[in-house]
Amino acid sequence: MLFIIQTALTLGCTYALVALALFLSYRVLDIADLTTDGCFVLGMAVSVTSALAGHPVLGLFLALIAGAAAGSVTAFLQTRMGVPSILAGIVTNTGLYTINLMVMGWSSNASLLKQATVYTMFKDLGIGGSWSQLILSGAITLVCMLGVRWFLTTRLGLSIRATGDNREMVSASSINPRFTILIGLMIANSFTALSGALIGQMQKSADINSGTGIVVIGLACLIIGETVMNGRKSLTRNIAACLIGNIIYRFIYALILQTRILPIECLKLMTAVIVALAIAAPTMKDNAALMVRIRKEKGESC
Amino acid sequence: MLKIEHISKVFNPGTVNEKKALDDMSLEVKDGDFITILGSNGAGKSTLFNAIAGVFLVDSGRIILADRNITFEPDYKRSKYIGRLFQDPLKGTAPHMTIEENLALAYLRAGAATDSFSRIRKSDRMMFRDALKRLDMGLEDRMSVQVGTLSGGQRQALTLLMATIVPPRLLLLDEHTAALDPGAAEKIMKLTEEIVNEHHTTCLMITHNIMQGLHTGNRTLMMADGRIVLDLDQEERQKLTIPDLMQRFRQGAGSELDDDRILLSD
Repeated sequence: MLFIIQTALTLGCTYALVALALFLSYRVLDIADLTTDGCFVLGMAVSVTSALAGHPVLGLFLALIAGAAAGSVTAFLQTRMGVPSILAGIVTNTGLYTINLMVMGWSSNASLLKQATVYTMFKDLGIGGSWSQLILSGAITLVCMLGVRWFLTTRLGLSIRATGDNREMVSASSINPRFTILIGLMIANSFTALSGALIGQMQKSADINSGTGIVVIGLACLIIGETVMNGRKSLTRNIAACLIGNIIYRFIYALILQTRILPIECLKLMTAVIVALAIAAPTMKDNAALMVRIRKEKGESC
Repeated sequence: MLKIEHISKVFNPGTVNEKKALDDMSLEVKDGDFITILGSNGAGKSTLFNAIAGVFLVDSGRIILADRNITFEPDYKRSKYIGRLFQDPLKGTAPHMTIEENLALAYLRAGAATDSFSRIRKSDRMMFRDALKRLDMGLEDRMSVQVGTLSGGQRQALTLLMATIVPPRLLLLDEHTAALDPGAAEKIMKLTEEIVNEHHTTCLMITHNIMQGLHTGNRTLMMADGRIVLDLDQEERQKLTIPDLMQRFRQGAGSELDDDRILLSD
Protein backbone atom coordinates (compact mmCIF):
# COMPACT_ATOMS: atom_id res chain seq x y z
CA MET A 1 0.00 0.00 0.00
CA LEU A 2 2.81 2.36 0.88
CA PHE A 3 4.35 1.57 -2.47
CA ILE A 4 1.12 2.52 -4.25
CA ILE A 5 0.93 5.82 -2.41
CA GLN A 6 4.56 6.55 -3.10
CA THR A 7 4.26 5.76 -6.81
CA ALA A 8 1.06 7.75 -7.16
CA LEU A 9 2.55 10.78 -5.44
CA THR A 10 5.78 10.65 -7.41
CA LEU A 11 4.15 10.20 -10.81
CA GLY A 12 1.41 12.68 -9.89
CA CYS A 13 3.96 15.35 -9.05
CA THR A 14 5.93 14.74 -12.22
CA TYR A 15 2.98 14.57 -14.62
CA ALA A 16 1.40 17.59 -12.91
CA LEU A 17 3.56 19.76 -15.14
CA VAL A 18 1.58 18.53 -18.17
CA ALA A 19 -1.65 19.55 -16.45
CA LEU A 20 -0.06 22.90 -15.60
CA ALA A 21 0.81 23.32 -19.29
CA LEU A 22 -2.75 22.49 -20.30
CA PHE A 23 -4.06 24.88 -17.67
CA LEU A 24 -2.05 27.62 -19.39
CA SER A 25 -3.07 26.74 -22.93
CA TYR A 26 -6.59 25.35 -22.50
CA ARG A 27 -7.86 27.39 -19.56
CA VAL A 28 -5.84 30.62 -19.56
CA LEU A 29 -5.37 31.12 -23.31
CA ASP A 30 -8.52 29.18 -24.29
CA ILE A 31 -6.60 27.32 -27.01
CA ALA A 32 -6.73 23.54 -27.43
CA ASP A 33 -3.00 23.01 -27.94
CA LEU A 34 -2.38 19.54 -29.30
CA THR A 35 1.39 19.94 -29.49
CA THR A 36 1.45 18.23 -26.08
CA ASP A 37 1.95 14.57 -27.08
CA GLY A 38 4.95 15.18 -29.31
CA CYS A 39 6.33 17.84 -27.03
CA PHE A 40 6.31 15.44 -24.07
CA VAL A 41 8.38 12.91 -26.03
CA LEU A 42 10.64 15.72 -27.25
CA GLY A 43 11.46 16.66 -23.69
CA MET A 44 12.02 13.02 -22.82
CA ALA A 45 14.26 12.39 -25.83
CA VAL A 46 16.34 15.51 -25.25
CA SER A 47 16.80 14.81 -21.57
CA VAL A 48 17.64 11.11 -21.93
CA THR A 49 20.05 11.78 -24.81
CA SER A 50 21.72 14.47 -22.78
CA ALA A 51 21.96 12.17 -19.74
CA LEU A 52 23.47 9.50 -21.98
CA ALA A 53 26.15 12.02 -22.83
CA GLY A 54 26.69 12.60 -19.13
CA HIS A 55 24.73 15.82 -18.62
CA PRO A 56 21.47 14.98 -16.83
CA VAL A 57 20.90 18.44 -15.31
CA LEU A 58 21.70 20.24 -18.54
CA GLY A 59 19.22 17.83 -20.17
CA LEU A 60 16.35 19.33 -18.16
CA PHE A 61 17.22 22.85 -19.28
CA LEU A 62 17.65 21.72 -22.88
CA ALA A 63 14.22 20.07 -22.65
CA LEU A 64 12.72 23.37 -21.45
CA ILE A 65 14.23 25.17 -24.43
CA ALA A 66 13.17 22.45 -26.87
CA GLY A 67 9.60 22.60 -25.52
CA ALA A 68 9.51 26.37 -25.85
CA ALA A 69 10.72 26.04 -29.42
CA ALA A 70 7.97 23.54 -30.23
CA GLY A 71 5.41 25.90 -28.67
CA SER A 72 6.71 28.79 -30.71
CA VAL A 73 6.26 26.81 -33.94
CA THR A 74 2.62 26.11 -33.04
CA ALA A 75 2.11 29.78 -32.10
CA PHE A 76 3.78 30.96 -35.31
CA LEU A 77 1.52 28.74 -37.42
CA GLN A 78 -1.66 30.01 -35.80
CA THR A 79 -0.89 33.70 -35.25
CA ARG A 80 1.17 34.49 -38.36
CA MET A 81 0.16 31.88 -40.93
CA GLY A 82 -3.55 31.70 -40.23
CA VAL A 83 -3.56 27.96 -39.47
CA PRO A 84 -6.53 27.13 -37.17
CA SER A 85 -5.21 26.61 -33.64
CA ILE A 86 -6.12 22.91 -33.29
CA LEU A 87 -4.59 22.11 -36.67
CA ALA A 88 -1.45 24.09 -35.83
CA GLY A 89 -0.87 21.86 -32.81
CA ILE A 90 -1.49 18.68 -34.80
CA VAL A 91 0.89 19.79 -37.55
CA THR A 92 3.68 20.54 -35.05
CA ASN A 93 2.95 17.29 -33.24
CA THR A 94 3.31 15.30 -36.45
CA GLY A 95 6.54 17.05 -37.37
CA LEU A 96 7.92 16.40 -33.90
CA TYR A 97 7.77 12.64 -34.47
CA THR A 98 10.67 12.91 -36.89
CA ILE A 99 12.50 15.43 -34.71
CA ASN A 100 12.18 13.08 -31.75
CA LEU A 101 13.60 10.15 -33.71
CA MET A 102 16.44 12.39 -34.78
CA VAL A 103 17.17 13.49 -31.22
CA MET A 104 17.44 9.83 -30.18
CA GLY A 105 19.87 9.15 -33.02
CA TRP A 106 17.26 7.78 -35.45
CA SER A 107 16.25 5.13 -33.00
CA SER A 108 12.76 4.61 -31.60
CA ASN A 109 14.03 4.32 -28.05
CA ALA A 110 16.98 5.14 -25.85
CA SER A 111 17.93 3.68 -22.49
CA LEU A 112 20.08 4.88 -19.63
CA LEU A 113 21.98 2.02 -18.03
CA LYS A 114 24.66 3.08 -15.62
CA GLN A 115 24.53 6.75 -16.47
CA ALA A 116 23.66 9.24 -13.77
CA THR A 117 20.25 10.91 -13.82
CA VAL A 118 19.03 13.85 -11.79
CA TYR A 119 17.26 11.31 -9.58
CA THR A 120 20.36 9.20 -8.88
CA MET A 121 22.38 12.37 -8.27
CA PHE A 122 19.76 13.62 -5.82
CA LYS A 123 19.58 10.25 -4.09
CA ASP A 124 23.36 10.28 -3.69
CA LEU A 125 23.00 13.49 -1.71
CA GLY A 126 21.29 11.32 0.87
CA ILE A 127 18.09 13.32 1.17
CA GLY A 128 14.78 11.54 1.68
CA GLY A 129 15.93 7.94 1.25
CA SER A 130 13.31 6.02 -0.72
CA TRP A 131 11.23 9.20 -0.98
CA SER A 132 13.96 11.09 -2.81
CA GLN A 133 12.29 10.85 -6.25
CA LEU A 134 9.10 12.29 -4.82
CA ILE A 135 10.95 15.10 -3.08
CA LEU A 136 12.83 16.13 -6.20
CA SER A 137 9.80 15.96 -8.53
CA GLY A 138 7.62 17.65 -5.96
CA ALA A 139 10.10 20.48 -5.45
CA ILE A 140 10.48 21.13 -9.18
CA THR A 141 6.72 21.07 -9.74
CA LEU A 142 6.09 23.32 -6.75
CA VAL A 143 8.61 25.86 -8.02
CA CYS A 144 6.92 25.81 -11.44
CA MET A 145 3.46 26.22 -9.89
CA LEU A 146 4.56 29.13 -7.71
CA GLY A 147 6.29 30.64 -10.72
CA VAL A 148 3.09 30.41 -12.77
CA ARG A 149 1.03 31.88 -9.93
CA TRP A 150 3.42 34.83 -9.69
CA PHE A 151 3.78 35.24 -13.44
CA LEU A 152 0.02 35.44 -14.04
CA THR A 153 -0.23 38.58 -11.90
CA THR A 154 2.54 40.43 -13.75
CA ARG A 155 1.86 42.82 -16.60
CA LEU A 156 2.62 40.15 -19.21
CA GLY A 157 0.76 37.44 -17.29
CA LEU A 158 -2.37 39.57 -16.93
CA SER A 159 -2.17 40.35 -20.64
CA ILE A 160 -2.00 36.64 -21.49
CA ARG A 161 -5.03 35.97 -19.28
CA ALA A 162 -7.00 38.80 -20.90
CA THR A 163 -6.13 37.40 -24.34
CA GLY A 164 -7.82 34.13 -23.47
CA ASP A 165 -10.66 35.67 -21.46
CA ASN A 166 -11.94 38.39 -23.78
CA ARG A 167 -10.51 38.60 -27.29
CA GLU A 168 -12.51 41.74 -27.96
CA MET A 169 -10.92 43.83 -25.23
CA VAL A 170 -7.42 42.80 -26.17
CA SER A 171 -6.42 45.20 -28.93
CA ALA A 172 -8.20 48.05 -27.16
CA SER A 173 -5.97 47.32 -24.13
CA SER A 174 -2.71 47.72 -26.06
CA ILE A 175 -2.12 43.96 -25.98
CA ASN A 176 -0.64 42.30 -29.05
CA PRO A 177 -2.40 38.91 -29.09
CA ARG A 178 0.24 37.41 -31.39
CA PHE A 179 2.85 38.07 -28.73
CA THR A 180 0.79 36.92 -25.75
CA ILE A 181 -0.22 33.68 -27.52
CA LEU A 182 3.42 33.07 -28.48
CA ILE A 183 4.68 33.55 -24.92
CA GLY A 184 1.79 31.54 -23.44
CA LEU A 185 2.34 28.54 -25.71
CA MET A 186 6.11 28.66 -25.25
CA ILE A 187 5.78 28.51 -21.47
CA ALA A 188 3.08 25.82 -21.62
CA ASN A 189 5.10 23.56 -23.91
CA SER A 190 8.29 24.03 -21.95
CA PHE A 191 6.45 22.63 -18.91
CA THR A 192 5.19 19.68 -20.98
CA ALA A 193 8.75 19.01 -22.16
CA LEU A 194 10.09 19.31 -18.62
CA SER A 195 7.57 16.73 -17.47
CA GLY A 196 8.72 14.38 -20.23
CA ALA A 197 12.34 15.08 -19.33
CA LEU A 198 11.79 14.13 -15.69
CA ILE A 199 9.79 11.00 -16.52
CA GLY A 200 12.48 9.94 -19.00
CA GLN A 201 15.25 10.19 -16.43
CA MET A 202 13.07 8.60 -13.76
CA GLN A 203 12.29 5.57 -15.93
CA LYS A 204 15.80 5.65 -17.40
CA SER A 205 14.43 5.36 -20.91
CA ALA A 206 12.78 7.29 -23.71
CA ASP A 207 10.36 5.77 -26.19
CA ILE A 208 8.98 7.38 -29.31
CA ASN A 209 5.42 6.31 -28.44
CA SER A 210 5.41 7.23 -24.79
CA GLY A 211 3.55 10.48 -25.44
CA THR A 212 0.43 8.94 -26.92
CA GLY A 213 -2.66 10.25 -25.16
CA ILE A 214 -0.74 12.46 -22.75
CA VAL A 215 -2.87 15.46 -23.70
CA VAL A 216 -6.11 13.65 -22.80
CA ILE A 217 -4.67 12.30 -19.56
CA GLY A 218 -3.43 15.79 -18.68
CA LEU A 219 -6.86 17.26 -19.36
CA ALA A 220 -8.52 14.54 -17.29
CA CYS A 221 -6.20 15.35 -14.39
CA LEU A 222 -6.88 19.06 -14.72
CA ILE A 223 -10.63 18.53 -14.77
CA ILE A 224 -10.59 16.04 -11.88
CA GLY A 225 -8.55 18.54 -9.87
CA GLU A 226 -10.84 21.43 -10.73
CA THR A 227 -13.88 19.44 -9.70
CA VAL A 228 -12.37 18.35 -6.39
CA MET A 229 -10.94 21.79 -5.60
CA ASN A 230 -13.84 23.82 -7.02
CA GLY A 231 -10.92 25.19 -8.98
CA ARG A 232 -12.45 27.62 -11.47
CA LYS A 233 -13.13 30.03 -8.63
CA SER A 234 -9.64 31.32 -8.12
CA LEU A 235 -6.24 31.29 -9.75
CA THR A 236 -4.46 29.70 -6.80
CA ARG A 237 -6.98 26.89 -6.57
CA ASN A 238 -6.89 26.29 -10.29
CA ILE A 239 -3.11 25.92 -10.26
CA ALA A 240 -3.27 23.65 -7.21
CA ALA A 241 -5.91 21.61 -9.06
CA CYS A 242 -3.27 20.58 -11.62
CA LEU A 243 -1.34 18.78 -8.90
CA ILE A 244 -4.28 17.44 -6.88
CA GLY A 245 -6.01 16.06 -9.99
CA ASN A 246 -2.84 14.36 -11.10
CA ILE A 247 -2.25 12.69 -7.75
CA ILE A 248 -5.82 11.40 -7.71
CA TYR A 249 -5.53 10.09 -11.26
CA ARG A 250 -2.20 8.42 -10.59
CA PHE A 251 -3.58 6.92 -7.42
CA ILE A 252 -6.45 5.31 -9.32
CA TYR A 253 -3.97 4.21 -11.97
CA ALA A 254 -1.62 2.64 -9.44
CA LEU A 255 -4.52 0.94 -7.68
CA ILE A 256 -5.78 -0.64 -10.88
CA LEU A 257 -2.24 -1.63 -11.80
CA GLN A 258 -1.78 -3.36 -8.45
CA THR A 259 -5.16 -4.95 -7.94
CA ARG A 260 -6.05 -5.69 -11.58
CA ILE A 261 -9.71 -4.82 -11.00
CA LEU A 262 -9.72 -3.68 -14.60
CA PRO A 263 -7.33 -4.82 -17.29
CA ILE A 264 -4.73 -2.07 -17.52
CA GLU A 265 -5.45 -1.75 -21.24
CA CYS A 266 -8.83 -0.26 -20.37
CA LEU A 267 -7.30 2.77 -18.73
CA LYS A 268 -7.02 4.94 -21.84
CA LEU A 269 -10.69 4.31 -22.66
CA MET A 270 -11.64 5.17 -19.10
CA THR A 271 -9.58 8.36 -19.28
CA ALA A 272 -11.23 9.35 -22.55
CA VAL A 273 -14.67 8.77 -21.03
CA ILE A 274 -13.80 10.86 -17.96
CA VAL A 275 -12.64 13.78 -20.15
CA ALA A 276 -15.61 13.58 -22.49
CA LEU A 277 -18.09 13.42 -19.60
CA ALA A 278 -16.42 16.22 -17.67
CA ILE A 279 -16.34 18.59 -20.64
CA ALA A 280 -19.86 17.62 -21.70
CA ALA A 281 -21.31 17.96 -18.19
CA PRO A 282 -22.63 21.56 -18.46
CA THR A 283 -24.35 20.85 -21.79
CA MET A 284 -25.80 17.60 -20.52
CA LYS A 285 -27.11 19.35 -17.43
CA ASP A 286 -28.83 22.01 -19.57
CA ASN A 287 -30.36 19.40 -21.84
CA ALA A 288 -31.61 17.36 -18.92
CA ALA A 289 -33.17 20.45 -17.32
CA LEU A 290 -34.91 21.28 -20.61
CA MET A 291 -36.24 17.75 -20.96
CA VAL A 292 -37.65 17.87 -17.45
CA ARG A 293 -39.34 21.20 -18.19
CA ILE A 294 -40.84 19.97 -21.47
CA ARG A 295 -42.16 16.84 -19.82
CA LYS A 296 -43.66 18.86 -16.98
CA GLU A 297 -45.38 21.34 -19.33
CA LYS A 298 -46.73 18.50 -21.42
CA GLY A 299 -48.07 16.83 -18.32
CA GLU A 300 -49.87 20.01 -17.29
CA SER A 301 -51.44 20.65 -20.68
CA CYS A 302 -52.98 17.18 -20.91
CA MET B 1 -3.93 67.46 -31.19
CA LEU B 2 -5.69 65.08 -33.59
CA LYS B 3 -5.50 65.85 -37.30
CA ILE B 4 -7.37 63.74 -39.79
CA GLU B 5 -6.43 64.59 -43.35
CA HIS B 6 -8.55 63.41 -46.28
CA ILE B 7 -9.10 59.86 -45.09
CA SER B 8 -11.19 57.44 -47.15
CA LYS B 9 -12.27 53.87 -46.58
CA VAL B 10 -14.21 51.64 -48.95
CA PHE B 11 -15.54 48.30 -47.76
CA ASN B 12 -15.95 45.39 -50.18
CA PRO B 13 -14.50 47.31 -53.13
CA GLY B 14 -15.52 46.08 -56.58
CA THR B 15 -18.52 44.08 -55.36
CA VAL B 16 -22.24 44.82 -55.28
CA ASN B 17 -21.83 45.46 -51.56
CA GLU B 18 -19.27 48.19 -52.09
CA LYS B 19 -19.68 50.84 -49.43
CA LYS B 20 -17.89 54.13 -49.13
CA ALA B 21 -17.72 54.32 -45.36
CA LEU B 22 -15.43 57.33 -45.14
CA ASP B 23 -15.31 59.78 -48.02
CA ASP B 24 -12.32 62.13 -48.14
CA MET B 25 -12.96 63.21 -44.59
CA SER B 26 -10.90 65.77 -42.71
CA LEU B 27 -11.13 66.90 -39.11
CA GLU B 28 -8.99 68.86 -36.72
CA VAL B 29 -9.45 68.39 -33.00
CA LYS B 30 -7.90 70.81 -30.54
CA ASP B 31 -6.31 69.79 -27.27
CA GLY B 32 -9.00 69.46 -24.63
CA ASP B 33 -11.91 69.42 -27.07
CA PHE B 34 -14.93 67.32 -26.11
CA ILE B 35 -16.72 66.68 -29.39
CA THR B 36 -20.06 64.94 -29.77
CA ILE B 37 -20.92 63.20 -33.02
CA LEU B 38 -24.46 62.68 -34.32
CA GLY B 39 -25.55 61.17 -37.59
CA SER B 40 -27.74 58.83 -39.59
CA ASN B 41 -27.43 55.06 -39.59
CA GLY B 42 -24.35 54.03 -41.50
CA ALA B 43 -23.03 57.59 -41.63
CA GLY B 44 -19.56 56.35 -40.77
CA LYS B 45 -19.38 57.38 -37.10
CA SER B 46 -18.10 54.09 -35.79
CA THR B 47 -15.99 53.64 -38.92
CA LEU B 48 -14.31 56.93 -38.09
CA PHE B 49 -13.53 55.62 -34.59
CA ASN B 50 -12.23 52.34 -36.00
CA ALA B 51 -9.98 54.30 -38.35
CA ILE B 52 -8.61 56.43 -35.51
CA ALA B 53 -8.13 53.40 -33.25
CA GLY B 54 -6.47 51.44 -36.05
CA VAL B 55 -8.92 48.52 -36.28
CA PHE B 56 -8.22 48.80 -40.02
CA LEU B 57 -5.87 50.96 -42.07
CA VAL B 58 -7.46 53.73 -44.14
CA ASP B 59 -7.27 53.46 -47.95
CA SER B 60 -5.89 56.97 -48.27
CA GLY B 61 -5.19 60.03 -46.16
CA ARG B 62 -3.25 60.57 -42.96
CA ILE B 63 -4.02 60.46 -39.24
CA ILE B 64 -1.81 62.53 -36.97
CA LEU B 65 -2.07 62.40 -33.20
CA ALA B 66 0.02 64.80 -31.11
CA ASP B 67 2.35 65.56 -34.04
CA ARG B 68 2.93 61.89 -34.74
CA ASN B 69 1.80 60.21 -37.91
CA ILE B 70 -0.05 57.10 -36.72
CA THR B 71 -1.64 56.19 -40.07
CA PHE B 72 0.15 52.84 -40.27
CA GLU B 73 0.53 52.07 -36.58
CA PRO B 74 -1.19 48.82 -35.49
CA ASP B 75 -4.20 49.06 -33.19
CA TYR B 76 -2.55 47.59 -30.10
CA LYS B 77 0.16 50.26 -30.20
CA ARG B 78 -2.34 53.10 -30.61
CA SER B 79 -4.44 51.88 -27.71
CA LYS B 80 -1.59 52.73 -25.38
CA TYR B 81 -2.66 56.37 -25.64
CA ILE B 82 -6.15 56.11 -27.14
CA GLY B 83 -8.82 54.93 -24.71
CA ARG B 84 -12.00 53.45 -26.13
CA LEU B 85 -15.40 52.48 -24.79
CA PHE B 86 -17.97 50.50 -26.78
CA GLN B 87 -21.72 50.28 -26.58
CA ASP B 88 -21.48 46.69 -25.37
CA PRO B 89 -20.35 46.78 -21.72
CA LEU B 90 -18.98 43.23 -22.07
CA LYS B 91 -16.34 44.28 -24.57
CA GLY B 92 -14.07 46.22 -22.25
CA THR B 93 -13.40 43.88 -19.35
CA ALA B 94 -12.17 40.32 -18.79
CA PRO B 95 -15.02 38.40 -17.09
CA HIS B 96 -12.95 35.72 -15.32
CA MET B 97 -10.47 38.18 -13.89
CA THR B 98 -11.17 40.12 -10.72
CA ILE B 99 -11.92 43.85 -10.56
CA GLU B 100 -8.44 44.43 -9.17
CA GLU B 101 -6.79 42.35 -11.91
CA ASN B 102 -8.70 44.20 -14.63
CA LEU B 103 -7.63 47.55 -13.21
CA ALA B 104 -4.07 46.30 -12.77
CA LEU B 105 -3.99 45.22 -16.40
CA ALA B 106 -5.20 48.61 -17.62
CA TYR B 107 -2.89 50.47 -15.27
CA LEU B 108 0.23 48.44 -16.08
CA ARG B 109 -0.38 48.51 -19.82
CA ALA B 110 -1.13 52.20 -20.18
CA GLY B 111 1.36 53.43 -17.64
CA ALA B 112 5.06 54.04 -17.88
CA ALA B 113 5.81 50.45 -16.84
CA THR B 114 7.60 48.83 -19.74
CA ASP B 115 8.86 45.85 -17.78
CA SER B 116 6.84 42.76 -18.67
CA PHE B 117 7.18 41.47 -15.13
CA SER B 118 6.06 44.60 -13.30
CA ARG B 119 3.22 44.10 -10.85
CA ILE B 120 0.98 46.45 -8.92
CA ARG B 121 2.13 47.73 -5.56
CA LYS B 122 0.21 48.27 -2.38
CA SER B 123 -0.01 51.99 -3.11
CA ASP B 124 -1.51 51.20 -6.53
CA ARG B 125 -4.11 49.04 -4.86
CA MET B 126 -5.07 51.90 -2.56
CA MET B 127 -5.32 54.16 -5.59
CA PHE B 128 -7.66 51.64 -7.28
CA ARG B 129 -9.77 51.59 -4.15
CA ASP B 130 -10.14 55.35 -4.14
CA ALA B 131 -10.96 55.38 -7.83
CA LEU B 132 -13.62 52.69 -7.35
CA LYS B 133 -15.08 54.51 -4.38
CA ARG B 134 -15.75 57.44 -6.63
CA LEU B 135 -18.07 55.30 -8.79
CA ASP B 136 -20.30 55.02 -5.72
CA MET B 137 -21.29 51.44 -6.58
CA GLY B 138 -19.69 49.69 -3.63
CA LEU B 139 -17.12 48.07 -5.91
CA GLU B 140 -14.23 49.16 -3.67
CA ASP B 141 -15.20 46.43 -1.21
CA ARG B 142 -15.49 43.77 -3.92
CA MET B 143 -12.11 44.07 -5.58
CA SER B 144 -11.46 40.33 -5.55
CA VAL B 145 -14.78 39.53 -7.22
CA GLN B 146 -14.76 38.27 -10.82
CA VAL B 147 -15.97 40.96 -13.21
CA GLY B 148 -18.36 38.54 -14.92
CA THR B 149 -20.64 38.75 -11.88
CA LEU B 150 -21.19 42.52 -12.20
CA SER B 151 -24.13 44.25 -13.91
CA GLY B 152 -23.79 45.96 -17.28
CA GLY B 153 -23.71 49.40 -15.69
CA GLN B 154 -21.05 48.34 -13.21
CA ARG B 155 -18.95 46.79 -15.96
CA GLN B 156 -19.20 49.91 -18.11
CA ALA B 157 -18.23 52.08 -15.13
CA LEU B 158 -15.23 49.82 -14.58
CA THR B 159 -14.34 50.02 -18.28
CA LEU B 160 -14.49 53.82 -18.08
CA LEU B 161 -12.19 53.71 -15.09
CA MET B 162 -9.81 51.33 -16.88
CA ALA B 163 -9.70 53.56 -19.95
CA THR B 164 -8.91 56.65 -17.90
CA ILE B 165 -6.91 55.36 -14.92
CA VAL B 166 -3.88 56.59 -16.81
CA PRO B 167 -5.41 59.58 -18.65
CA PRO B 168 -5.26 58.80 -22.40
CA ARG B 169 -4.36 61.45 -24.99
CA LEU B 170 -7.63 60.75 -26.74
CA LEU B 171 -10.80 59.10 -25.47
CA LEU B 172 -13.26 57.57 -27.95
CA LEU B 173 -16.76 56.92 -26.60
CA ASP B 174 -18.90 54.90 -28.99
CA GLU B 175 -22.45 55.25 -27.57
CA HIS B 176 -21.10 53.93 -24.35
CA THR B 177 -24.33 54.45 -22.44
CA ALA B 178 -26.78 53.23 -25.10
CA ALA B 179 -27.06 49.66 -23.83
CA LEU B 180 -27.61 50.62 -20.20
CA ASP B 181 -30.82 51.27 -18.33
CA PRO B 182 -31.68 54.98 -17.97
CA GLY B 183 -30.45 55.26 -14.39
CA ALA B 184 -27.12 53.63 -15.09
CA ALA B 185 -26.75 55.58 -18.34
CA GLU B 186 -27.19 58.86 -16.53
CA LYS B 187 -24.69 57.88 -13.88
CA ILE B 188 -22.06 56.78 -16.39
CA MET B 189 -22.57 59.97 -18.40
CA LYS B 190 -22.08 62.10 -15.30
CA LEU B 191 -18.93 60.19 -14.39
CA THR B 192 -17.64 60.53 -17.93
CA GLU B 193 -18.00 64.31 -17.85
CA GLU B 194 -16.39 64.51 -14.43
CA ILE B 195 -13.38 62.42 -15.42
CA VAL B 196 -12.96 64.10 -18.81
CA ASN B 197 -13.17 67.59 -17.30
CA GLU B 198 -10.80 66.74 -14.50
CA HIS B 199 -7.97 65.72 -16.81
CA HIS B 200 -9.02 67.97 -19.74
CA THR B 201 -8.98 64.79 -21.81
CA THR B 202 -9.53 65.26 -25.51
CA CYS B 203 -12.65 63.27 -26.23
CA LEU B 204 -14.89 62.21 -29.11
CA MET B 205 -18.33 60.83 -28.28
CA ILE B 206 -20.89 59.24 -30.58
CA THR B 207 -24.47 59.58 -29.34
CA HIS B 208 -28.02 59.08 -30.55
CA ASN B 209 -29.44 61.52 -28.08
CA ILE B 210 -29.65 64.93 -29.75
CA MET B 211 -30.04 66.89 -26.54
CA GLN B 212 -27.07 65.07 -25.06
CA GLY B 213 -25.15 65.75 -28.25
CA LEU B 214 -25.85 69.45 -28.11
CA HIS B 215 -25.34 69.91 -24.39
CA THR B 216 -22.29 67.76 -23.72
CA GLY B 217 -18.79 68.96 -24.53
CA ASN B 218 -17.91 72.02 -26.57
CA ARG B 219 -18.46 71.07 -30.20
CA THR B 220 -20.89 68.95 -32.21
CA LEU B 221 -20.35 67.20 -35.54
CA MET B 222 -23.04 65.68 -37.70
CA MET B 223 -22.08 63.00 -40.18
CA ALA B 224 -23.76 61.54 -43.27
CA ASP B 225 -22.40 59.22 -45.98
CA GLY B 226 -18.89 59.19 -44.59
CA ARG B 227 -18.57 62.95 -44.47
CA ILE B 228 -18.96 65.67 -41.86
CA VAL B 229 -21.96 67.69 -42.97
CA LEU B 230 -22.27 70.01 -40.00
CA ASP B 231 -19.68 71.32 -37.55
CA LEU B 232 -21.04 73.42 -34.71
CA ASP B 233 -18.93 75.19 -32.11
CA GLN B 234 -20.18 76.01 -28.65
CA GLU B 235 -21.65 79.39 -29.58
CA GLU B 236 -23.59 78.04 -32.55
CA ARG B 237 -24.86 75.05 -30.60
CA GLN B 238 -26.38 77.14 -27.87
CA LYS B 239 -28.47 79.21 -30.23
CA LEU B 240 -29.73 76.26 -32.20
CA THR B 241 -33.19 74.71 -31.85
CA ILE B 242 -33.86 71.17 -32.95
CA PRO B 243 -35.91 72.20 -36.05
CA ASP B 244 -33.02 74.51 -37.06
CA LEU B 245 -30.63 71.62 -36.63
CA MET B 246 -32.77 69.34 -38.81
CA GLN B 247 -32.98 72.06 -41.43
CA ARG B 248 -29.24 72.58 -41.50
CA PHE B 249 -28.57 68.85 -41.55
CA ARG B 250 -30.87 68.53 -44.58
CA GLN B 251 -28.95 71.28 -46.35
CA GLY B 252 -25.61 69.66 -45.63
CA ALA B 253 -26.47 66.05 -46.21
CA GLY B 254 -29.10 66.40 -48.92
CA SER B 255 -31.38 64.06 -47.00
CA GLU B 256 -33.35 63.82 -43.78
CA LEU B 257 -31.64 62.74 -40.58
CA ASP B 258 -32.50 59.09 -40.74
CA ASP B 259 -31.76 57.30 -37.54
CA ASP B 260 -34.14 54.78 -36.08
CA ARG B 261 -32.66 55.15 -32.64
CA ILE B 262 -32.39 58.91 -32.53
CA LEU B 263 -33.76 60.55 -29.43
CA LEU B 264 -35.11 64.04 -30.01
CA SER B 265 -35.77 64.81 -26.38
CA ASP B 266 -34.11 63.64 -23.23
